[in-house]
Amino acid sequence: MQETSHEAKGGRGVGASLRRKEDARLLAGRGRFIGDMRFAGQLEVAFLRAPLAHARIKAIHIPEHLKGRAFTHADMAGVKDILAKTGLPGFRVSAQPSLASGKVRFAGEPVVMVLADTRAEAEDLIEEIRVDYEELPANHDMLRAVEPGAALVHDDWPDNVFLISQTDRFFDEARLAGAPIKVTREVRTSRQCMSPLEGKGCIAVFERYLEQLTLWTSTQMPHIVRSGLAECLGLETRKIRVVAPDVGGGFGWKGLLQPEEVCCAWAALKLDRPVKWLEDRREHLIAAANCREHHYVMTAYADADGTLLGFEAVAHVDAGAYSVYPFSACLEGAQVVSNLPGPYNLPAYRCRTYSVCSNKPPIVPYRGVARTGVCTAMELMIDAVAREAGLDPYDVRLRNLVRPEQMPFTSITAKEFDMGDYPESLRRAREMIGHEAVRARQTQAEADGRKIGLGYATYCEQGAHGTSVYHGWGIPMVPGIESCGARLTPDGTLEVRLGVQSHGQSMETTMAQIACEVLGIDPGLVNVVHGDTAMTPYSTGTWGSRSAVMAGGAVASACERLGERLKKIGAHLLQAPEEAVSIRDAEIVGPNGSVSFKEVAKTWYLAPQNLPADIHSDGLDLVAGYKPTVDTGTFSYASHAALVAVEPETGEVEILDYVIVEDGGVLINPMVVDGQIYGGTAQGIGTALYEEMTYDEHGQPLASTLADYLLPGAGEMPNVRIDHMQTPSPNTRFGQKGIGEGGAIAPPAALGNAINDALKGMGVELSMSPMTPRRVRAAVAAAREGAVS
Amino acid sequence: MKAARFDYLRPASVVEAVAALAQDAGAKPVAGGQSLGPMLNLRLARPSTLVDVSKIADLRRVDERPDGVLYGAAITHAEFEDGTVPDPTPGFLARVAHGIAYRAVRNRGTVGGSLVHADPAADWPTTLTALGARVVLAGPSGARELALEDFILGAFSTALADGEIVTGVFIPRCSPQARFGYRKSCRKVGEFAEAMCAVLADPARGVHRLVVGATEGRHIVVTEAAAVIADPALLDARLTAAGLAAEPATLRLHQKVVRQAIEQLTTVPETESLPA
Repeated sequence: MQETSHEAKGGRGVGASLRRKEDARLLAGRGRFIGDMRFAGQLEVAFLRAPLAHARIKAIHIPEHLKGRAFTHADMAGVKDILAKTGLPGFRVSAQPSLASGKVRFAGEPVVMVLADTRAEAEDLIEEIRVDYEELPANHDMLRAVEPGAALVHDDWPDNVFLISQTDRFFDEARLAGAPIKVTREVRTSRQCMSPLEGKGCIAVFERYLEQLTLWTSTQMPHIVRSGLAECLGLETRKIRVVAPDVGGGFGWKGLLQPEEVCCAWAALKLDRPVKWLEDRREHLIAAANCREHHYVMTAYADADGTLLGFEAVAHVDAGAYSVYPFSACLEGAQVVSNLPGPYNLPAYRCRTYSVCSNKPPIVPYRGVARTGVCTAMELMIDAVAREAGLDPYDVRLRNLVRPEQMPFTSITAKEFDMGDYPESLRRAREMIGHEAVRARQTQAEADGRKIGLGYATYCEQGAHGTSVYHGWGIPMVPGIESCGARLTPDGTLEVRLGVQSHGQSMETTMAQIACEVLGIDPGLVNVVHGDTAMTPYSTGTWGSRSAVMAGGAVASACERLGERLKKIGAHLLQAPEEAVSIRDAEIVGPNGSVSFKEVAKTWYLAPQNLPADIHSDGLDLVAGYKPTVDTGTFSYASHAALVAVEPETGEVEILDYVIVEDGGVLINPMVVDGQIYGGTAQGIGTALYEEMTYDEHGQPLASTLADYLLPGAGEMPNVRIDHMQTPSPNTRFGQKGIGEGGAIAPPAALGNAINDALKGMGVELSMSPMTPRRVRAAVAAAREGAVS
Repeated sequence: MKAARFDYLRPASVVEAVAALAQDAGAKPVAGGQSLGPMLNLRLARPSTLVDVSKIADLRRVDERPDGVLYGAAITHAEFEDGTVPDPTPGFLARVAHGIAYRAVRNRGTVGGSLVHADPAADWPTTLTALGARVVLAGPSGARELALEDFILGAFSTALADGEIVTGVFIPRCSPQARFGYRKSCRKVGEFAEAMCAVLADPARGVHRLVVGATEGRHIVVTEAAAVIADPALLDARLTAAGLAAEPATLRLHQKVVRQAIEQLTTVPETESLPA
C-alpha cells in the first residue's frame, strides 16, 4: 500500500479522473464487436429451441435436404456435456448437453442447430423441422419444485435440489424466544435478465495455419471459456484460442461457457467453415440469460432499542435447470447464507438455503451476485424491526452496523471486513438526503396527494475474492496469482497484457494509469492488451469486482519488474551506479543526467553492443504476478438513501432524490468509479421497480421482447449524487477495493424501504420486487379493504 | 429473429398503392414500421408483400384550411413534435407527440400508422378522438371519411375495408382559448399506457369531449362531456361497463387518471410549452 501521487504523474496516475482512452473508438461507433465481424465462407446458426419447459423428445424429423445443415445431439457424438461441479458436500451434478438430449428442461433450450448463409435463411429452414414432444409437468415455482411429488427435472435425482447450504452460529432458540421484538417477513425477488447492450455472440474458425480452433466470442473470461471448451470437445487446450473483441457489457451473462459456443465450435470443426451465432434479444430474454430469483422467510430478534439479538432465515434460490460453467448452480444460494448478515454485527445467526432445480433457464451470476437479493431481504427486515420498535429505521441501522473501532472485523459468517467506517457512510447519506427536512415534510400532506418516503440501505461488497475463498468451492476455476505481461517496444512505448477482459470497466485507461503511476509513462503511450488467450497470461477473467485489485496489482508488479531492468540499462548508459538512478516520467534519472525509455529500448533492441555485460538476458518483455497480502477479498461498502413520491391510486413511484456514500478505498480513476456506480444504480433501479421475467404455470416465459421486459431508460434515472470516502484497504497494492457491483446491490432495498415508508400511514408494506405500479396499487387496495372489513 | 421472406413495393401514388393491395390479398401497407417491423421480425406478421406508403406525396402533404388542418397519413410524430407542420390547436399536438414512445420511434412512426394500428393504449387514437379528428380513407371503391371514434372499432380493430388505406387525418381548429388535459400512466417513460385520458374543453366552440384510452376494447368516448368534466364520478358506470373495474385497484387507477386529466384543464398553463 502507498499514498496516491497522481499530482506527481502530471495528473495521469492513480487517483486521476483521466478521460477514457477507449472512448475514441467506442463513442465514434468504431468498436469491433462480434456482430461487426464476418469471415469468408461463414455460415450462420439459428437454433430450434424447445417450445415446452419440460418434455420428452419423442422424435426429431429433419427433411432429407437439410442433412449436413441441421444437427441434433445425436450428431454431436463425442462432445461431452457441460459439467459445472462443485466440491461442496451434497451437491448434485447436472449434465448440460449442448443440444437437448432425451428431454428438454426449459423453454428455449437449444434442440437443433441449423446452418445457412444467413440467419434469416437458417430461420426459414428451422420451420421445416418438426419435433415430437411428450409434455411433462413443469416446475415453474421453486417453492413447489421442492415439494414431494414434484416432477423431476433430472430423472436420476431424488428431488429437485442442487444443494442445501446452511449455517448455525450461536443461535440459541430458548434465549431468543424472550426477545422483546420478533419480526417475521416473507420477501421475494423476481427473476431477471442481465440485458447488456450487446448480447452474446461467437464465431468459431478453424485456423489451419495455426492448427488451432479460434473462438471469437463475447466473453468476460476467455481463458475459462478456453478450458471449458477444450474439455467439452476433448481437445488439448493448446488447440484452442479464445478471443474477445470489443464486448458491449457483460454483468455476468458473459461469464460462462454456453452450449451455443460449444455447438459453433463443433460445427466449425465438422464443416471446416467459419460458424457464427449472434444472440438476438428474444433469445437473450427466454433462452438462458436469467438470474436473481430468491425467496426468503426471515425472523429478526431484537431488543426494544432495535439492537439485533439474532436472525434466522430459510431461503430458496431458483437456479434453473442446469449448473452453469464455471460458477455452478449454487454460487448464488451458498452466498445467500454467507452474505445475508451484511454489514451488521449479528450475535446469533441461522440460515438454510435451497438451490432449487427448476424448468427454467439456468441462472447465471449477475452484477451483485446474491448480494442484491440478500441486501433487499436484510434491509427490508431492518425497517420492519424499526416499525415494530417504533424507531426511525436510520437509528436501528446505525445501532447495528459494524463500528470502525471493530475493524478489521470478522463477521458472524467469517467474512474478514478489511477497513472502513460503515456508520459514517450512513451519517453522511442522512445529511445529503436531508433527513430532518424530509421527516418534517412528511407531517404535511402533499398538494398533489402523493406520499413521500425515505429509505436507506447499507451493504458491504466483497470483491476480488482469492484462492482461500474459492478453493473450497471446488468449481472448475480458482483464482490464484494474477499475472500481467509488460513489454517495452523498440520505440519505448509500453504494452501491458492482461488475461482479464474490459467490457465497460475502462481498463484500457485505468491499467495504463497504473503503468503511469509506476513508470511515469504517458498513459497514451500504453497499450492495454486484453481478452485474447494467445496474447495474455492466464486469468480467471473479469468477474467479482476483482480487476482493479487483481489486474491492477499485477500491472504494478510487472511495471516494477520492468523498471528494474530499465534502470540497469539506464544506469549503464548514464555511467552511474544502479542504486543512484531512479525512474521519473518515463526516464531513468541519475545524478548527472537522464536517459529516456526510448533510448533504453533503442539500446536493447537496436544497439545491443552498448548493453552492460551482466544485462538480464530476459530483456524488456516479462510476466509478473500479484496477489494481495490478504486474499479473502476487499470490502467496499456504501449507504444509499432514496427519497420517493408514491401516488397511491396509480401506484406510480417517482424518485425525487438518490444519494450514495461509498467507500471504494483508493480510487484509481474517480470518474470511472462514478461511472460504475451510476451504471450499477441504473440496474438496481431496474431490479427495484421494473425488471421481471415471469413464467406461467407451464413454465412458459411471459416476456420475450423489451416491450414486456422493462428496463429502466434515461427517463427513469434520477440525478444520483455520490460522495466518496476513501479508506485505503491495507491489503491491496494502492489501497484500492473492488467496487464494480456495488451500485446494483442497494437500490432495491433503499427504494423498497422508501416506498414502504411513504405508504406506512396507509398500513401498506410491500415485500416483492420489482415494486411495480400494479403491485403498489394492489397493496394499497388490499390495505384499504382490510381497513374496511 | 429475422423476418420471413417478403416482396417490397414503393408506389408513387395512392392509386398505385391501392392497386397493389388489391392485387395481392397477402400484401400489407407499411409506413414507419414501428409496430409492424417488430412483428415481422418475430414472424408474427408474414405479409407476402409490403407496400411502403411512406413516400407517397399525398400522404406527406399538409393542407391548412380555415376550419382545421388535413395531415397526410405519413406525417411523423417527430414532425408534430418539432412543429414543422402547422397546428390548429394551441400547441396540443406537439405536446402529445413529445410523449410518444422514444425519439427514435417518433422519427419514423406516422400518425396514420398509429391510427390504423389502433392500440387503445397508444397516444394518437385517444388524443385525436378527443380533438374530434376525422380520418380520410382511400380504397378500391373510392375515398371516404370517418370520425375517428367511428373508425376505431376496438383494440387493434378498425373500419378499414379490404384494400383500403388511411391517406390523411383532419384535425379541427380549436379556439385560442381551448384547454386540453392529457394524462397517461405508464410503467416507464415511452411505454404504452396502463391508463389514459384526454379531455378537450373549448367553450367558445361549444365543444367538450373526453376520451378514455388503455381500455380492453373500444375507447370510452364522451362527446358532450361538460357534465363529466364537472363531476368525473358520472363516468364510473362507463368505466365499469368497459371492464376496467375487474379489480378495485384498477378502477381507482382509471378514476385517478381521468381526474388528473380534467384537473389539467385548469392547472396547465394556457400556452403549452415543451420542456427545454
